[in-house]
Amino acid sequence: MSKADSFIDITDVVCPMTFVKSKVAIEGLEAGQTLEIHMNDGEPIQNVPRSMKDEGHTVLDVQNNDDGTYTILVRKGED
Amino acid sequence: MAVDYGALKKGGFMRQKQKDNFSMRLRVVAGRVTAEQLKAVYDIANRFGKGYVHLTARQGIEIPFIRLQDLDEVKKALVDGGLEQGACGARVRTVTACQGSAICPNGLIETQELADKLDARYFGKDLPHKFKLGITGCKNNCLKAEENDLGIKGGMWPTYSQDACTYCGLCAAVCPTDAIIVDKEAKELTFDSDKCVACGRCVVSCPTGAWQGQKGYVLSFGGNFGNNLKFGEELLPIIFDEDKLFAVVDATIAFFQEYGHASERFSKTLARVGMDKLRHYLEGVVQ
Repeated sequence: MSKADSFIDITDVVCPMTFVKSKVAIEGLEAGQTLEIHMNDGEPIQNVPRSMKDEGHTVLDVQNNDDGTYTILVRKGED
Repeated sequence: MAVDYGALKKGGFMRQKQKDNFSMRLRVVAGRVTAEQLKAVYDIANRFGKGYVHLTARQGIEIPFIRLQDLDEVKKALVDGGLEQGACGARVRTVTACQGSAICPNGLIETQELADKLDARYFGKDLPHKFKLGITGCKNNCLKAEENDLGIKGGMWPTYSQDACTYCGLCAAVCPTDAIIVDKEAKELTFDSDKCVACGRCVVSCPTGAWQGQKGYVLSFGGNFGNNLKFGEELLPIIFDEDKLFAVVDATIAFFQEYGHASERFSKTLARVGMDKLRHYLEGVVQ
């Protein structure tokens, strides 16, 4: 996965904190910058990327780590 | 004069073990009760019951300890309070529903209006046995479609267009049945429609709109809980058109009327005459 501007691990929290931590992390970036989010399979992969989309950001890549986790790359949208 | 318990039961008055006491079932559609109706429920439970209600397993309200001698007065209080009697016995029961796409972020279909339409069309209709209709807005299935004689579930049939696709792989990650495989290196996506369960997750997740979807109804037939557990079975492809949905519900109820024996649940009828008989019957309707 390409080098992101920032990284956050949300494998240690559950909904809704998965979304809250991701939202806080991406709010610290400028539009166009990228954030890598490391998350668990199941509920987080179902909901966090979709929530990012709903907030106006773009999922660029999804990496299956084959260990029950995914790492996704998100580009921050314009405010 | 002898008390006609059958007629009372039909109108939602459930005979209690305490002599001449009834747990009075109210007509509730899709679990939606107005604040004004709740005031009337409060008043009736206080005046005629024991000051409490029982919430039923299928989104209904019962007011226990209604006494036989008060029935006429209670019925009048129901009318004044904008409430109606429920139904019990061998007929179409409460139509259950989640809040659907009007409220829920996951909802794919509008459930509440649909429940109202089904209730208006079928509620209380006499059949060989009880008949339950339930609607759930999406694959998450909060309202447990398959436990109903006829279950309706919101679905979304996806279509893929490679022009907008960035091969990010999110659709493959969220697909519950591995129907989608993305090869990022080769920039190839394969979709196995036979595996697709029309949950719509690829469509709602897709960052670029490469996946588009058409909303529809996924039906299940012959479910019931209670003494014999049976999950309703999907017999038809997803239905996109509401008129067609009603044609199928009409046909299903007509089928039960025609082939069901008295006191035989729909699942038992289907086991006896064969699921394929209903499938063929319905295929004639949807074509």
